[in-house]
Amino acid sequence: MQFWLPTVFLVAIYRGQKSDAAMMRAIMLLALLVAPASCQREERDLTGSVPEKPAAGIEQSVLHPGDGNNPAPARSKYEETAFDVAEGKRLFQWFNCSGCHFNGGGGIGPALMDDKWFYGSSIENIVATIKEGRPNGMPSFKGLVPEKEVWQLAAYVRSVGGFVAKDVAPSRNDDLNAAPAENRAPTPSPFNGKGP
Amino acid sequence: MIWTRYIDRRSFVPLLFALLFNSPVPAQQSGSPTSAAQTDVGNWVMPAKDYASTRFSELDEINSGNASKLQVAFTFSMGINRGQESAPIVVGNSLFVVTPYPNILYALDLTKPGAPVKWKYEPKTEASAQGVACCDTVNRGPVSGDGRIYFNTLDGHTIAVDAETGQEIWNVKLGDINIGETMTMAPLFAKGKVYVGNSGGEFGVRGWLQALDATSGKTLWKAWSTGPDKDVLIGPEFRPFYSMDQGQDLGVTSWPPDAWQHGGGNVWGWISYDPEFNAIYYGTGNPGPWNPDARPGDNKWTAGIFARDADTGAARWFYQWSPHDLYDHDGVNEQILLDLNWQGKPRKVLVRAERNGYVYVMDRITGEVLSATPFAAVNSSTAVDLKTGRLQMSPDKEPETGKVVRDICPAAPGAKDWNPTAYSPKTGYLYIPHNNLCMDFEGIEPNYIAGTPFVGANVAMKAGPGDGHRGEYTAWDISAGKEVWTINERFPVWSGTLATAGNVVFYGNMEGWFKALDAQTGELLWQYKTGSGIIGQPTTYRGPDGHQYVAILSGVGGWAGVVVANELDTRDRTAALGFVGAMQDLPTATTKGGMLYVFRLP
Repeated sequence: MQFWLPTVFLVAIYRGQKSDAAMMRAIMLLALLVAPASCQREERDLTGSVPEKPAAGIEQSVLHPGDGNNPAPARSKYEETAFDVAEGKRLFQWFNCSGCHFNGGGGIGPALMDDKWFYGSSIENIVATIKEGRPNGMPSFKGLVPEKEVWQLAAYVRSVGGFVAKDVAPSRNDDLNAAPAENRAPTPSPFNGKGP
Repeated sequence: MIWTRYIDRRSFVPLLFALLFNSPVPAQQSGSPTSAAQTDVGNWVMPAKDYASTRFSELDEINSGNASKLQVAFTFSMGINRGQESAPIVVGNSLFVVTPYPNILYALDLTKPGAPVKWKYEPKTEASAQGVACCDTVNRGPVSGDGRIYFNTLDGHTIAVDAETGQEIWNVKLGDINIGETMTMAPLFAKGKVYVGNSGGEFGVRGWLQALDATSGKTLWKAWSTGPDKDVLIGPEFRPFYSMDQGQDLGVTSWPPDAWQHGGGNVWGWISYDPEFNAIYYGTGNPGPWNPDARPGDNKWTAGIFARDADTGAARWFYQWSPHDLYDHDGVNEQILLDLNWQGKPRKVLVRAERNGYVYVMDRITGEVLSATPFAAVNSSTAVDLKTGRLQMSPDKEPETGKVVRDICPAAPGAKDWNPTAYSPKTGYLYIPHNNLCMDFEGIEPNYIAGTPFVGANVAMKAGPGDGHRGEYTAWDISAGKEVWTINERFPVWSGTLATAGNVVFYGNMEGWFKALDAQTGELLWQYKTGSGIIGQPTTYRGPDGHQYVAILSGVGGWAGVVVANELDTRDRTAALGFVGAMQDLPTATTKGGMLYVFRLP
């Protein structure tokens, strides 16, 4: 979006000018206006605060007897900052998550880059999976991984699944490149069971 | 179960000797009742068939002339759709088979049409154990002895069950999944003992072998694969042939400080037993982590073979196939004990088709390597130096942290993994089901967290030299040290094999074809398409009706097939420790399954 706005201005200014010199002035002016705006970075939370309570719970089931209402899972700030997702990627190696899930394809644990999510794809569900473990082999990392880093890990797992914006997801590795980079993951369709 | 004991104790050993000693047969003089011997010929009481691990059956009703007429006798659904690596075993009128996790043991009644379930034993294996099983949730089979069936569970229990009733006799917990320890191997039963070992080489689990009392499950001794000599049961009897394996506490000093405590050397493969020398032989798994930069030194006693006193566990000799293993080349494959005429002299040898790509012929008394000849594409090493016993590595294929080394052959699962060979005394050939795989390998910094993988490598495998075929089935002339014929398979041959006196050999491929070949020529005699890829171990037996049957489990999985069994994503070539790189087309060739097929002649 930030890219389109100046372009619209530029076209508007160009139409109102006659000479090339005036055109150059207009471009210079625009550049001065846009430059500070381009320095605007995504905000990084340095406090280490984490959501106190998952906004929408961590339901495992889409079956809600009675009303059929499925609360929409909330997005977390962690999956909206490249820094947190990149940290999650580092931690994914560091805590040996990659020992079971590898570069997203799975092995001992299930694939994370596909569109099957046994225990839910929302960030709350993934956080719960990391902290509590799951009965068929996923260990509980409660007490080993600090809370904030659990959220960063979960945000990274979301990026492997293609849920995270392309400008936030990591790009290709310096390591052996044998799997597509996270920012090349296809955006999940809302109808294929991947969730939001 | 008196008759079982009778067979095991009285006739089995002489029978083995009859098999071993081809020319003059000294043990036959001890004389075994013909009827008992025949009963045993018709049984298949352990996955390896006999203590020498020949996987050779004297049955010859099915032969190269009539094998083309084989048809399905009965089937049995295992109810579990994970990799079926188990061997169906047969004692008398019952067939015993164990599923992958949750390791349900079934007895089928062979006297009734369709072989219905006689009993079922469910061990209630801990579900979380699936999270520490490196390479699919497999089990390699039960074993019978003294009227009991013994098997291991993924969560580290060894269990004895009454063969007649299915009642649990004892159940001992030997492994701890919280340090990544599982059990997948088939126990060996010999001399009233049950020998079992642990898995966990990808989790930094310290390997061991234990001898349990077959009546109580009590541990008689435990031999670690790393650490001080007293832990490894190395004492005055220990006489390794080569100087590289001689010295005090090498299980500590050939590692960086304390690294041996997470050093692997797991005993998840095959054990052979030599009654004459009262010795057991078995291999040790890869050192942990895979990244060799993290563990300078020879990393004793991993990736090698021990000969031990069967009663006390005292080590007699050790030989290291891959000192300072660079490539996850576990040394756990089966060793076939043979008495051969070697270069004009009778020698008591053991023969191994090893993961590092060589067929070894060793003197099993002294541990001397008589020959080591490559049977598959190898560029990671150049030869085995027979003077020092040491494998000569190729420096340009040596892995490094932070560097991708390409096209290393054989790949991590080796030229041949766990899936056992067979030996036919009729042809003198070793039948080797194996891989044709290479890999790219990048060392990365490993981080030990108990109960999580301890590998430190990014790996991506690929087909070895040739037309893209990833598997081979080779008949190998042991005396001549060369290949006689080879059949190429699209996927790694991850099934075991068996040979019979009927001049037939059997194996299965990962597309699901179960095949009978002429043992002499390799000619395809018959094949049958089962429901899923085959990674199991074929066995053959004489049924209560007096006819010969051949049994195999169908159900793809294992390390090679986990891409299907665990529904992995093939876009990640590093998935499943890099095996997915070579198996991206397997999901198009087969689907999950779990079915026992038993065949006979019409």
